[in-house]
Amino acid sequence: MHENNISEERKKYLRKIKKNKILIIIVRLLIVIVFILGWEILANIGVIDSFIASSPSRIWDTFINLSSTNLMEHVGVTCLETIIGFTLGTALGIIIAIILWWSKFLSNVLEPFLVVLNSLPKVALGPVIIIWVGAGMPAIIVMALAISLIVTIMEILNGFLETDKEKIKMAQTFNANKQQILTKIIIPANIPTFFNSLKVNIGLSLVGVITGEFLVSKAGLGYLIVYGGQVFQLDLVMTGVIILAIVAAIMYQAVVITEKIIVKRG
Amino acid sequence: MPLEGNGKIMKKILELNNIGKKYQAKNGEIEALKNINLKVNEGEFISIIGPSGCGKSTLLSIIAGLEKQSSGELYIDGEIGYMLQTDSLLPWRTIYKNVLFGLEIRKSKTEENEEYVKELLRKYDLYDFKDKYPSQLSGGMRQRAALIRTLAIKPRILLLDEAFSALDYQTRIMVTNDIFKILKNENITSVMVTHDISEAISMSDRVVVLTNRPGTVKNIHNIDFEMENRNPINCRESPKFSKYFDTIWKELDVYA
Ligand SMILES: Nc1ncnc2c1ncn2[C@@H]1O[C@H](COP(=O)(O)OP(=O)(O)OP(=O)(O)O)[C@@H](O)[C@H]1O
Ligand SMILES: [Mg+2]
Repeated sequence: MHENNISEERKKYLRKIKKNKILIIIVRLLIVIVFILGWEILANIGVIDSFIASSPSRIWDTFINLSSTNLMEHVGVTCLETIIGFTLGTALGIIIAIILWWSKFLSNVLEPFLVVLNSLPKVALGPVIIIWVGAGMPAIIVMALAISLIVTIMEILNGFLETDKEKIKMAQTFNANKQQILTKIIIPANIPTFFNSLKVNIGLSLVGVITGEFLVSKAGLGYLIVYGGQVFQLDLVMTGVIILAIVAAIMYQAVVITEKIIVKRG
Repeated sequence: MPLEGNGKIMKKILELNNIGKKYQAKNGEIEALKNINLKVNEGEFISIIGPSGCGKSTLLSIIAGLEKQSSGELYIDGEIGYMLQTDSLLPWRTIYKNVLFGLEIRKSKTEENEEYVKELLRKYDLYDFKDKYPSQLSGGMRQRAALIRTLAIKPRILLLDEAFSALDYQTRIMVTNDIFKILKNENITSVMVTHDISEAISMSDRVVVLTNRPGTVKNIHNIDFEMENRNPINCRESPKFSKYFDTIWKELDVYA
């Protein structure tokens, strides 16, 4: 009702918020610039040994050289594995959480197993996974799943169980059955939970994928990093790490944007 | 059949016979209700008041079929609508989608019913807000939207469980007044649980007072202001109002 005639005070307030936002972005950029410049300068004057720590310019050169060869292929492989990992992890997590929500009995039975599995260091399963599914992309994806799935199930089930009881009771006053409560209350109420899981799973999947690539692969950023370490080419290792950070950031932003498009509730 | 003062035939729409309820829990049995007897005629407005935890919500849940009574019989003649303490509007749905929720659950979202809902929205000043989300509405508007969601299934009996207690005093008086008119308009029988003695007196034809747990009927007060076009606001000015208030206040024995 008051949307059309914005008051002077409101304008001032909005301007202040905007100014603050711009300031934050500027300071962030400054930190990155100072970090890169500092690194480069310290490496050039010899305070940092660029053979061990590399330097921005050497990373850039490596990046350009790799680009002419097959860097994009490695990035592509890792991205593909990660995307499959976190979407599959979230999807499976949701499905299993639904089953556990549906059957209180089953969730009671399985609870201690989930707790134990959750605290188990999944990386220890690496060799087993390789033997079971073979040393290749499937093993890497299973690794990513092993790391993300249990946390996802627990997180989403928790979200389901914490759904506002009054809303469920409201649906019951219209004689809603369990399936209707699931599809019309529980799931829509937990869309933000799903997106949170997706965000967390990007990180977890990347851990799984990179660990998997360390162990088995012949391609991907993890392979590149391990290879660089083995031939003592730290420029390659650092380039790999930085690309990894960029990949993670892009995927995270993609999820954030998708969430903004899907969740619009006034 | 018994006749009301103005010659209308009174038709029984709801009857509770010796209703009792025991909850089973790990650490024991809780007897929430005992021997509840109540007969409600069509168009009546009944309030239920009683000490905290005496089983008022349980009673409504039993009438609505959300809980099964442990003993006794229930007679119900007509569709039941139930309004809870909070509006429970779903934040991811627009007001229009919210008020259609009950019909959607009942799988009776016909064109005719949608038309009826639109009519209700228009009649009760929410039509212009139908594409807004609940967070964009005031508390009173949200409560009206919740009522329309309930009315959409055309209930003959409406249960209200402290449905206005989340509202501030001013809004509450206005909303109860609005809703009272709506209910009289649609000739809906109402059973309302409340902690507010004034609210109970101002809206009801009869006020049922329950005892401490296990709740049983302590007394039933007939409320009659003998005035034309009675509504929750104008009846507060009647001298009888404070008389009723005193009687019920004493009976509730809040300090005992
Ligand atoms: N699902 C349940 N399981 C076990 N005990 C219950 C359950 N629901 C209610 N009770 C118990 O039954 C008694 C009556 O509860 P009820 O909610 O009906 O009271 P009330 O009169 O509505 O209380 P209030 O005025 O606080 O709303 C309470 O002692 C409560 O603890
Ligand atoms: Mg209650």
